[in-house]
Amino acid sequence: MNWRPRLADGTAPVLIVLVVLLVTLAFVGPTFSEPAGYLALLKRAAPLVILAVGQYFVIVSGGFDLSVGSLVTAAVVIAARLSDGADANTGWVIALLLGFGLLVGLVNGLITTRLLVPSFIVTLGMLLVLDGAVFLWTDGAPRGALAPSFRVFGRGGFGQVPWSVLILLGVVVAAAWFMRSGTGRTLVALGDNENAVRLAGGAVHRLRVLAFVLSGLLAALAAILLAGFAGVSAQVGQGLEFRAITAVVLGGVVLGGGRGSVVAAAAGALSLEALFTLLNLIGVSGALESAVQGVILIAAVAAAAHGKQLRRTHEQEVVRPGRGGAARADGVHQ
Amino acid sequence: MNDVLVRLEGVTKSFLGVPVLRGIDLELRAGEVHALVGENGAGKSTLLKVLAGAHRPDAGRILVGDREVSFAAPRDAQAAGIAIIHQEFNLLPHRTVAENVYLGREPVRRGQVDRRAMTAGTQRLLEWMGEDGIEPDAEVARLPVARRQVVEIVKALSADAKVLAMDEPTAALAGSEVDRLCDLVRRLRERGIAILYVSHRLREVFELSQRITVLKDGAFVSCSPTEDLSPGELVRQMVGRPLGTLYPARDSDPGEVRLALRGAGNGRLRDLSFDVRAGEIVGLAGLQGSGRSAVARAIWGVEPFTSGVVELDGEPTTITGPRSAVRNGIGYVTEDRQGDGLALRQSVRDNALLVRRAALRGAAARRDSDLGSLLESVAVVARGPDQEVRYLSGGNQQKVVLGKWLAVSPRILIVDEPTRGIDVGAKQTVYRLLRKLAADGLAILMIASELPELLGMSDRILVLHNGAIAGELPAGTSEEAVMGLATGHGLGEV
Amino acid sequence: MTLVRRRLTITPTVTVYLALAALLVIGSILVGANGGVLLDQSGILNILTRSTLLGLVAIGQTMVIVTGSLDLSVAYLAGLCSLVTAETMAGRTSMMVPGVLLALAVAAVVGLINGLVITVLKANAFIATLGVALILRGYLEHNYTGPAGSVPRAFQHLGYDRIGPVPVSALLVLLIGTAVWWFSRRTRTGYHLYAVGGDTEVARLSGVRTSRTIVTAHVLCASMAGLAGVLLAARLGSGAPYAGTDAGYDLESIAAAVLGGAVLTGGRGGVVGTIGGVLILATLDTVFDDLAVDPFLKDVVRGVVLVAAVALYARHRLSRRSS
Repeated sequence: MNWRPRLADGTAPVLIVLVVLLVTLAFVGPTFSEPAGYLALLKRAAPLVILAVGQYFVIVSGGFDLSVGSLVTAAVVIAARLSDGADANTGWVIALLLGFGLLVGLVNGLITTRLLVPSFIVTLGMLLVLDGAVFLWTDGAPRGALAPSFRVFGRGGFGQVPWSVLILLGVVVAAAWFMRSGTGRTLVALGDNENAVRLAGGAVHRLRVLAFVLSGLLAALAAILLAGFAGVSAQVGQGLEFRAITAVVLGGVVLGGGRGSVVAAAAGALSLEALFTLLNLIGVSGALESAVQGVILIAAVAAAAHGKQLRRTHEQEVVRPGRGGAARADGVHQ
Repeated sequence: MNDVLVRLEGVTKSFLGVPVLRGIDLELRAGEVHALVGENGAGKSTLLKVLAGAHRPDAGRILVGDREVSFAAPRDAQAAGIAIIHQEFNLLPHRTVAENVYLGREPVRRGQVDRRAMTAGTQRLLEWMGEDGIEPDAEVARLPVARRQVVEIVKALSADAKVLAMDEPTAALAGSEVDRLCDLVRRLRERGIAILYVSHRLREVFELSQRITVLKDGAFVSCSPTEDLSPGELVRQMVGRPLGTLYPARDSDPGEVRLALRGAGNGRLRDLSFDVRAGEIVGLAGLQGSGRSAVARAIWGVEPFTSGVVELDGEPTTITGPRSAVRNGIGYVTEDRQGDGLALRQSVRDNALLVRRAALRGAAARRDSDLGSLLESVAVVARGPDQEVRYLSGGNQQKVVLGKWLAVSPRILIVDEPTRGIDVGAKQTVYRLLRKLAADGLAILMIASELPELLGMSDRILVLHNGAIAGELPAGTSEEAVMGLATGHGLGEV
Repeated sequence: MTLVRRRLTITPTVTVYLALAALLVIGSILVGANGGVLLDQSGILNILTRSTLLGLVAIGQTMVIVTGSLDLSVAYLAGLCSLVTAETMAGRTSMMVPGVLLALAVAAVVGLINGLVITVLKANAFIATLGVALILRGYLEHNYTGPAGSVPRAFQHLGYDRIGPVPVSALLVLLIGTAVWWFSRRTRTGYHLYAVGGDTEVARLSGVRTSRTIVTAHVLCASMAGLAGVLLAARLGSGAPYAGTDAGYDLESIAAAVLGGAVLTGGRGGVVGTIGGVLILATLDTVFDDLAVDPFLKDVVRGVVLVAAVALYARHRLSRRSS
């Protein structure tokens, strides 16, 4: 590989935002004068960051995954019922949850690619199915309890460092490595121009399914951390799909695909969590959290669109994507 | 002297300090076809956009009749009687012909759209233009591609356009459709329309126009009556240098048969049998709809043959799709460069390595150490491998497409309209590159609708007619001979 | 030259009503086998009552989907407007008209904001309306914990009165649906909605004021959601901040429109199909209630029906294209 320490396209703004937030935290919150404060933040942010990484794969390849929120709820409720407070169950329950996430992603991917249903609809359908099925199974309220050994991943740590932070780092590093690989680059190209990838001999369906499978798998992983951290409730995953999409968009990833980096998506999720922490510290009501999220979402996209416009005028050539025909290149670069 | 309908004087336009138009003058007269030529990057498209009201000039004047005007938006230009027929069809496929024609100007009667008036108006204009076979109430998606252009023109005329600017109107057409369009342009001229005709196809320019304006690098070069210009002189003005040998000399020494079809056919193609040898360029000629691209798509496995045999290096091979084609050593430069060839928002690097990464496995898919030499071999001019390909000129984009195929070292290369929409200089580079690849032992099947190009490049030419091979012609044959076979008249009747 | 004619094709709109008819027949048989009657007075009333509010929201949603946009803020907006209605009226008959007008005005302003964020700030519609939805949610969560305000008894007639088995509110929705159908299929602005959804660039180059068209669609959509909020208040007697989200108006209205043949990329779909989609969802619910099926199973079936319907349309379009 041609390794160069280069920031992928569009990563810089969100990193600046993140640094500003983290520095502000140090001034506002007493706990942030030492690493423990930041570790606690990372621990809290881990599930969302992992979800955002999963969502990134789907969005960058040109889709949506609206099912991750209900997948998290389903996974947590299943975990509680199957774990049933017994440590002996932890191993196979975790394996089963990851398998469940993988299966949900596989179904999402297969329906999207084989039946040609837009992913927005497929994952919306999956959201309804998962919501209904879980409560059907539990008769409306989560039952059972999580074994202490299960909760360790979300709560415990390796010395000072929480497990969830280690898992988070592992996921982000692996994702960044994957996105530098040929398969990763082809996934982005797929979001840009599916025809080109197909005619280049790419396995378009397999790539798309892979994106959904990764998203499902990471959602299950996020659920394991979240269950350990926050405990069992039927609302645990509510709205997480939109929060993950917000994070990804905040990272400069463009809906519709073909643009943005996974590290930026992860940084977007971390920034969102840091912002909520900050708001909490300066005494803004928790009820306003979502309003702030809304404002940020719009601001991020507007800023990105504005920046793009500036760049486009600069580069002059305007290509209308997805429309055939000869190049209408009157570009200044000859 | 005909009336001057529109006059541009000293039109200047820059984008963030980069001048794109430098003091252009242009006069459009009623009943006259005025050709606008120049290489890509000469500023033709920008000039059209200024005329269409999509860009505002930084300096200079636009006069409609004697009145100076300023267009804030396309609708202002429309109101002044100026219409642009774009390269890409600006139609809504799922609306009817009449709905498209009146889009944005629907007649309203008692608060609702008067659909009867729309149908009648469309019908009237079609008759006035001498075009039949188009139903005003048909959905546009159901019209053949070549007919959609007529709808575009009706749309412009219904807006009372007196000035039609046509941007590469024949780029998507071939053979009889081109002639049909040229006839239409003549009829429109006779009916007093002023036409600005932008084209890379010099033959049409000479056939149709009364005057020719040449632009180069955003500057005005000349404006002369067509009869005062020779094709050679025109090219010299466009390029700024004599073209000399546009096509490289043939030095082919055909080797063994790489690709062979034996009685191959499918729904659109019948009983095709031919060979393509290592080291030669075989041209594939035919009219629009004759099945030229279908041959490429069939070999490539997108719409595969259902009968007959395809042999690669003498071995019967079944190709199930692009992936298997790539792995069998076949490359395919598609006709639609931007739609099928490139991921426009990705870098030069990612596009050049796309096929390798998408279709190969293991270490072969990961290799990228040769990227520099790969880009050099196709002579891509870019700021660097990280520049997004959408910012490259058409010619450089095409070179990237060639590069992505060379990255997997194919033995057979199919090129479909390899120089469509790229300027003369870039064309020459592409020609040389193809010739060099052939000399290096590649078997090349080349599809092109411009006959001079096909004649200039091919070592032999196969002519398709109605999905079957009508005949084979040697290098150095005439355009007439090709057209004779392509139209089904045979050699003798020409 | 081939003569191009318009063939009579089975459009999604036809499909959805055929499916509705089939569902009614199958539902009647199933309910009948269980010893009940699906389409008796109370059954019809049940289906229509369920359809009313979602129908209103879905009609508006269809207008934005047709322009290639989307509105995820309708659920919170309906809740907000029920509050505005009930708090303005505060039980006073004299404030009925101002209450309704104020609610509609609030809705229109929110729609205007949605439209402007999309057209002026150039934000993706999904993001823009999600952002506005989150802002509305923050406002509701900050200021309300439960129902607030009250509507006068006279106003509750709007929610409960009926003519035979047909609720007055359903008639109102039918009337509005007809008006919106006429607007979208017969007026210039309506034509432009479809044009902008079909290809924004083509519409713009043809002189259509695309931004204005998109904003119009969003104002219309939000007004429908606002009206749904007004009817909610009439039905519940007070403003309910989360009534819209509990009913899932945001995603369900999109589902209904898509079920009725609308395509999320725009340019296709319509009011008639959407109403069919809403009726299908309502009939499913009613049948399940009559069969005393676990309520959670409804969600599962809904999800499956939605995906299956869209898969069917996709297949249909594909076969039409290749023919």
